[in-house]
Amino acid sequence: MEWDWNFVAEIMPTLLQGLRLTLLVTLLSAVVAAGLGLAFAILRRSENRLIAAPVGLVIEFIRGTPLLVQLYFIFYVLPDIGIVLPPLAAGVIGMGLHYATYTAEVYRAGIENVPRDQWEAARATNLTPRQTWIHVIVPQAVPPMIPALANYLIAMFKETPLLSAITVLELMNQAKSVANSSYRYIEPMTMVGMFFLAMSLVSVVILRWLEHRFGRLAK
Amino acid sequence: MTAPIIRIKELDKSFGTLRVLDGLSFDVMPGEKLALIGPSGSGKTTILRILMTLETISGGHIEVCGEQLYHMQRNGREVPADAAHLHHMRRHIGMVFQHFNLFPHKSVLDNITLAPMLTKAEPRARAEARAMELLEMVGLADKARAMPSQLSGGQKQRVAIARALALQPRIMLFDEVTSALDPELVEEVLLVMKRLAAETDMTMLLVTHEMGFAHEFADRVLFFDKGRIVEQGPPDQIFRNPEHERTQTFLRKIIAAGHRV
Repeated sequence: MEWDWNFVAEIMPTLLQGLRLTLLVTLLSAVVAAGLGLAFAILRRSENRLIAAPVGLVIEFIRGTPLLVQLYFIFYVLPDIGIVLPPLAAGVIGMGLHYATYTAEVYRAGIENVPRDQWEAARATNLTPRQTWIHVIVPQAVPPMIPALANYLIAMFKETPLLSAITVLELMNQAKSVANSSYRYIEPMTMVGMFFLAMSLVSVVILRWLEHRFGRLAK
Repeated sequence: MTAPIIRIKELDKSFGTLRVLDGLSFDVMPGEKLALIGPSGSGKTTILRILMTLETISGGHIEVCGEQLYHMQRNGREVPADAAHLHHMRRHIGMVFQHFNLFPHKSVLDNITLAPMLTKAEPRARAEARAMELLEMVGLADKARAMPSQLSGGQKQRVAIARALALQPRIMLFDEVTSALDPELVEEVLLVMKRLAAETDMTMLLVTHEMGFAHEFADRVLFFDKGRIVEQGPPDQIFRNPEHERTQTFLRKIIAAGHRV
């Protein structure tokens, strides 16, 4: 089989469209994973067992089952009980929720790294628990864990092809569809690989910079 | 006759099976400067931590500014204080810690203004003006924009004193505030505290190993051992003429360790 540059040029617009959606899904899922993960981490620390225990159970449940199964559930099973989501929304919720259980673990470590001193200083200055989280704990806990969070962002980016299973027209799905209609796989799949590789390499450079920047700040 | 600002009655505190405070009772009068001394593990720091509501109590009662600290009335019955009650009570009390506990991600000025702006809804301008006055008082007005990591231990502790004062508490608790400092930095912190004691009518409780300072600073000295008060009285009596053998032994050891009395 010969490599055909003309075919590459022909499918490029479609692939770029897919890449755009891939990046969008990654970004939205990252926002969900970052926000929800923090909420998970804080709720799991709650002194109220009726909050902490169920949240812990949910986290273990989500982490203990494959993302693909969760995506099928959200997209194909939830409609049975009347919850119909567009593919993109289902994908963002699925990925965001799944990765939130991992980022929650990162946040937990970051929060536990804030010395007990700081909680006591907050109490001695009469801050409420809410004010303590917002103004004292989170601003100190987050910077040291930015490299770890960015790592999950890259992992998430590389998992987006799973969303082709629930009809999200991301990069992989677009490549599959042009391959299926033209019976040529080598160019589309190679291009997908190249795109992911290029993005990952860029991310690694950014990650190194983050580690340098915030790793130092953490000390 | 004025009423005590702090009333501690039959206070018990245990950590697991370890009894730290054992049926402790004493009163503090408004404006009084109290020094709590005694061997480590005698429970003196625990008393401050309990007054700051950083611990729970195992038994007994504490009254602060005429109100129960760890209890409240609900439907005519006494029940344990809830978070809202503790929050309400904490506004009377400020604390300075052995390890300063400044907020490392905030500037000196923001360390001082944070709580007044959040808990008393003070406008930034007023909170900052007051913070600058306090920094002036502790001799650090030129450090307002510095970060805590740029300060020496003595400077950090003076900022921590300013931060506690910014909330204008009626009672200040000082927990071994010079123990973590290099010897040459102790004096600058003690000077600030002496001025504070001379210039305000705040009630102050001081846990310290600086016997010379306790002697000079306090109206009354309480000697603790094993969670109880062994002996108390004016500093001259406790330091020059202690009645109890345990007090005498303790002071001898402290002097042997090189502390002035």
